[in-house]
Amino acid sequence: MRPFSYQRASSARSAVAALGADADAVYLGGGTNLVDLMRLGVVSPGTLVDVSRIAAGAVEETSGGGLRIGAGVRNGDLAAHPLVRRRYPMLAEAVLSGASGQIRNMATVGGNLLQRTRCSYFQDVTKPCNKRSPGSGCPAITGDHRNLAILGHSESCVATHPSDMAVALAALGAAVHVEGPQGARIVPMPGLHRLPGDRPDRDTVLEPGDLITAVEVPPLPFAVRSRYRKVRDRASFSFAVVSVAAALEVSGGVVRDCRIALGAVAHVPWRAEAAEAALRGAPATPAEFARAADVELAQARPLPLNAFKLPLARNVLVRVLTELAEAA
Amino acid sequence: MKGEANTTRGDAATAPITVELELSVNDQRYPVTVDTRETLLDTLRERLDLTGSKKGCDHGQCGACTVLADGRRVKSCLTLTVTVDDVSVTTVEGLAGAGGLHPLQEAFVEHDAFQCGYCTPGQLCSAVGMLAEAEEGWPSLVTPGIAAVTGPVELDDDEIRERMSGNLCRCGAYPGIVAAIRQVAK
Repeated sequence: MRPFSYQRASSARSAVAALGADADAVYLGGGTNLVDLMRLGVVSPGTLVDVSRIAAGAVEETSGGGLRIGAGVRNGDLAAHPLVRRRYPMLAEAVLSGASGQIRNMATVGGNLLQRTRCSYFQDVTKPCNKRSPGSGCPAITGDHRNLAILGHSESCVATHPSDMAVALAALGAAVHVEGPQGARIVPMPGLHRLPGDRPDRDTVLEPGDLITAVEVPPLPFAVRSRYRKVRDRASFSFAVVSVAAALEVSGGVVRDCRIALGAVAHVPWRAEAAEAALRGAPATPAEFARAADVELAQARPLPLNAFKLPLARNVLVRVLTELAEAA
Repeated sequence: MKGEANTTRGDAATAPITVELELSVNDQRYPVTVDTRETLLDTLRERLDLTGSKKGCDHGQCGACTVLADGRRVKSCLTLTVTVDDVSVTTVEGLAGAGGLHPLQEAFVEHDAFQCGYCTPGQLCSAVGMLAEAEEGWPSLVTPGIAAVTGPVELDDDEIRERMSGNLCRCGAYPGIVAAIRQVAK
């Protein structure tokens, strides 16, 4: 591992100033992904600016009935927070389905959003990878892509975003507060993460020096009835093969409103806007849920080894929506 | 490797960067000079001679390195030592009190919750942190009705297995581990 200098920031502004124009410096949150990537040689920063002490613990109610979550809040604290559990059960379930108890106690909300893909070629510096080393090629397309993208991928990259939490936040339409060299701004979700196109080295729309300071979840009363369902190769402590975050508002047997996102199927947490549009005003029946899933997944382009994800995503989506409708 | 950082790749061209700090481990203060690259696990084992915490995978996947940081269970192999100078660390060496073994240690012996013992220090520290989380009303993914939980969560076998999934046991002593933790959880 390359030697690096270490600084601890006491505020977002001082963190942004400390990073400055230094392209060789990165922010450190909980370190659960970054420290591992440094050990693997995937990234080798010259400076770490530790942002984990900045307003670390705050989950606050917003005036409209939403929540503002500090970027330094640990994943374990987030999932345990009573307001998160009551207002947005899908968010608590998503966080609880990720990683292990120890890692959730370390990982921050900001770092969770910015974690890198677990594509095995990205993490192996002896292999080409357009994300890690632009222009070197993508062995996953003809190699091991069993757990990679079926939606929105490019000839350059078929990686998936690994976060569970981000899937729930994309479904909920969270607003990501960012402090950067040019000042503060808000990046909506979905919209923080980007599709790979010909720049798979860029996971998000953030610019150098940008720091996530908070995530604001808007009020969404019907999200009290929401779910995150994760399908994986073992029962716990494993990344998703397919996941679904959904909230459903039903009255008189009709879908009044809904929020749906899919995980582990794309370079971004995949907001299923086509499915949502197909469902609004439709009968809340499994047949309609299946129709909506088919509308969404019509744009999928599975690879030879991950075609199974298509029926899997369809079935999980139908199951989650059916359960939510039955509970309504 | 005493006094050297965990450097799995050669970067001989660049000089190490060191920091002086004071660690709090098991209620003792330890002034140390560490390479910024050094993990808490390596500092504990190689500088402080606290070799109870074990290095299994060194990637945060096996849990053998689990320690408590301000009472919360964390992976010391993913924790940079320079980040914990303001944190109170407890390792397996700090679990037993003046009165003898920690109840979880007693229960592990009683239920034969290990074979080779390599994962045991991490299992013990993780279980201590996990029991505190359940006592504080933290639900797990298998807790029914996570929105409604308002008090301590009762731990059945499924709860214990889910909450302990960050600790692997390659000997497969899981039945004993679950039984030992369940006994203390009651």
